[in-house]
Amino acid sequence: MYYLKLIFKNIFRHRLRSLLTIVGLVVAILAFGLLQTVVNAWYAGADMASANRLVTRNATSLVFSLPAYYRERIKAIDGVTAVAISNWFGGVYKDQTFQNFFATFAVDHDVFFDLYPEFRVKPDELLAFKKDQRGCMVGRLIADQHGFKVGDVIPMTSPIYGGGTWEFTVRGIYEPKDETTVTRQLYFHWDYLNEQMKKRFPKRAESAGVFIVQIADGSRAAEISQAIDKEFRNSLAETLTETEKAFSLGFVAQTEAIVTAVKIVSFVVIVIIFAVVANTMAMTARERLAEYATLKALGFAPLFVAMLIFGESVLISALGGAAGILLTFPVAAGFKSAMGTMFPVFYVTGQTVALQVVASVAVGVLAGILPSIRAANVRIVEGLRYAG
Amino acid sequence: MVSITHLSKSYRRGDQVVPVLRDITLSIPEGDFIALMGPSGSGKSTLLNLIAGIDKPDSGELLVHGEDITRLAEADLADWRASNVGFIFQFYNLMPVLDAFENVELPLLLTSLSRRERRVRVETALSLVGLSDRMEHYPNELSGGQQQRVAIARALITDPAIIVADEPTGDLDRKSAEEILGLLRRLNTEMGKTIIMVTHDGHAVESARHVTHLEKGELMLDPGSSPQPRRPG
Repeated sequence: MYYLKLIFKNIFRHRLRSLLTIVGLVVAILAFGLLQTVVNAWYAGADMASANRLVTRNATSLVFSLPAYYRERIKAIDGVTAVAISNWFGGVYKDQTFQNFFATFAVDHDVFFDLYPEFRVKPDELLAFKKDQRGCMVGRLIADQHGFKVGDVIPMTSPIYGGGTWEFTVRGIYEPKDETTVTRQLYFHWDYLNEQMKKRFPKRAESAGVFIVQIADGSRAAEISQAIDKEFRNSLAETLTETEKAFSLGFVAQTEAIVTAVKIVSFVVIVIIFAVVANTMAMTARERLAEYATLKALGFAPLFVAMLIFGESVLISALGGAAGILLTFPVAAGFKSAMGTMFPVFYVTGQTVALQVVASVAVGVLAGILPSIRAANVRIVEGLRYAG
Repeated sequence: MVSITHLSKSYRRGDQVVPVLRDITLSIPEGDFIALMGPSGSGKSTLLNLIAGIDKPDSGELLVHGEDITRLAEADLADWRASNVGFIFQFYNLMPVLDAFENVELPLLLTSLSRRERRVRVETALSLVGLSDRMEHYPNELSGGQQQRVAIARALITDPAIIVADEPTGDLDRKSAEEILGLLRRLNTEMGKTIIMVTHDGHAVESARHVTHLEKGELMLDPGSSPQPRRPG
């Protein structure tokens, strides 16, 4: 008790210095948490991938499509329970600004939502979507952002498919299962797209961007992927099948350098604040050598003296760290709102908080080690010379 | 009480060995008040540090109540200091973040006394040095003389046999110095404390019963003899 009291009193001895150190810690732990959250947001798509879903695409490149009739052959492969076409439509709503961007896909309307149980859909809305060839389903995130309601008509253009303005009627709004689910997409009927292609560009009809393949047993993913690719080997359009997670990570890999840079910066911030706290504690210990020598002269053990400075370092870091962690939540919320739909999934995970706690404690412990050893080992006679 | 035989101490300065105390032999009886005098660098503070157990000699014997403290391990020596020695420093060496009460209480934290017992003792000690009304004052709220009185209360709080004082009046004005010396005399005469004081101050020496001179690390007395009487016992 007395020991804690002494530590607390010592912390606020040089108020400005302690306050600035704590503020530095708050900023560092907050920045670390935010940057970690950005990194997590980057992987959000991959994180929501199901182990029971595979993605089959053209082996040459994703920009080349596959014949739509592959669907039936894939469905016939052992272990496959459902298959849905998914074509990237590249829809543009209003303009090509980032604020108005959201993903648009033409999908097999009959089965697509069965493959994605993480999208919570109202049965009547799903039925209305299935019945209306020009109908679409929009995610909660873009519905809220743009104020879309059931019955609204969304006009879009597509640099990929052309054909002027495409109009889709909102038939339902799907909800996320939890905060890890991305709801920044609009889904409409692949049949509608296919019919339009038949009329306008017949050569582009009956083609699929990718096939979403549902399998019964996630542990057989590799085996079934090989079976699918084997089925189309030596054909005009060979396939490459991988797990949905691997497929998503392929996109993340394109920006891997940025993610790595963000990760490095987040740890550099911690190293910098460690140097700041270590310097503060070293200065503090040096200034108090006479006091430590006096305590030792009075009979206090070196460990007690060491724990005074060590405890102070840990407590300063704990105070700064706690404030930084608490601030991470509102700041992350503000960041998410400022960034619009750039990060559809942006929330502070338990893992991030745990990392912040570890970083705070590590800074306090490491910064306190050398000064506390110095304080413990100060020769009484030497230390007393610093008095006065 | 304190028996010093052939005590030597030297310091290393680079490659050089600088002798500070040479073959000191001295005995200080219980209840004595001895002043150690000498010019700067004569080794008086070093001798005081050795007697107080905060430094170790190169050779020789230093018995306190028959126990050779030069043979004690660091931890044992710390325990020995806590129960046998009270310290009074030139610059008081109070903890600036603790008030007068807490500063005096500090050595008692190493004992098994209850909080209530500690309180009684601290109040008694502070009243003895005339600071009952300054218990909640921090060192920076007290004058130099008052701070030294708090230090004296801290020195006697564990009821040690020996009180060592290194230039206790060196940082004080004449009036405050006189008050401190008066207190030390009382500790010696009324409470029977053995006081060993290092001082440059000729006036302070008058408070001591005996005075011992050191010069260039050597005692200015015949080996084994008692210090020169200064004041009737």
